[in-house]
Amino acid sequence: MSSTFDQIANIIAETCDIPRDTITPESHAIDDLGIDSLDFLDIAFAVDKAFGIKMPLEKWTQEVNDGKATTEQYFVMKNLCSRVDELVAAKGAGA
Amino acid sequence: MQIEYFQLIDRIVELNIGEKTITVEAQVPEKSTIFEGHFPGYPIMPGVLLTEAMAQSSGWLLLGLMKFERMPFLAIIKEAKMRGFVSPGQLLTIEAKVEHEGSGFAVTSAKVRVDSLLKCSAELTFRHIPFPNPELRMHMDAMAHKIGFPQQAISYD
Repeated sequence: MSSTFDQIANIIAETCDIPRDTITPESHAIDDLGIDSLDFLDIAFAVDKAFGIKMPLEKWTQEVNDGKATTEQYFVMKNLCSRVDELVAAKGAGA
Repeated sequence: MQIEYFQLIDRIVELNIGEKTITVEAQVPEKSTIFEGHFPGYPIMPGVLLTEAMAQSSGWLLLGLMKFERMPFLAIIKEAKMRGFVSPGQLLTIEAKVEHEGSGFAVTSAKVRVDSLLKCSAELTFRHIPFPNPELRMHMDAMAHKIGFPQQAISYD
């Protein structure tokens, strides 16, 4: 079973036509990989489906816009994967 | 259908909030300036307008699901396939279903049929935001009334 990082990196590579080997846990999805908000909709759709979750993109974006969080907290790959793991765990606990 | 005004949907046939599906009808007009150019001597409905009709059908479905609190806007078109010509005067039956409800976005699939013949299909992604102003909300309310949007659907829980 592949790791969360591998699954999400594969989704990003396929969705955005980014070479898979350029995506690392330290990559910033926006600043380093150049993913724009429209591409991120596609990624969110694929990640939601793959993990059976609903990434709270609106909440994250609002927190960044309000200065309560940085983009790094949500959009650096290793942090994004941690968020996804948390959402999966929360879903499992609530089931 | 008021094709020049992009008002492509005439009537909601069925809206199923629980199943997240909608069926609508749209009557392609016999005459339109659009058909004068597309194409001279061989009028057919442009594929972009068929795609728009699928988007509007999906949009009404999403409006119902969101109880008219947010407005969906088309963001991504995928797998748009024009499978057959649509001619002036034909009645379109358009079906849409929600494939995924994300945070601030939704994905639908839609199909256009004439009689039983599948004419086109697509997967559509919408961003949705709170209504940007009261004017648009009032316009959508008026359009909902005009096309027979089932008001009870809005209060469905």
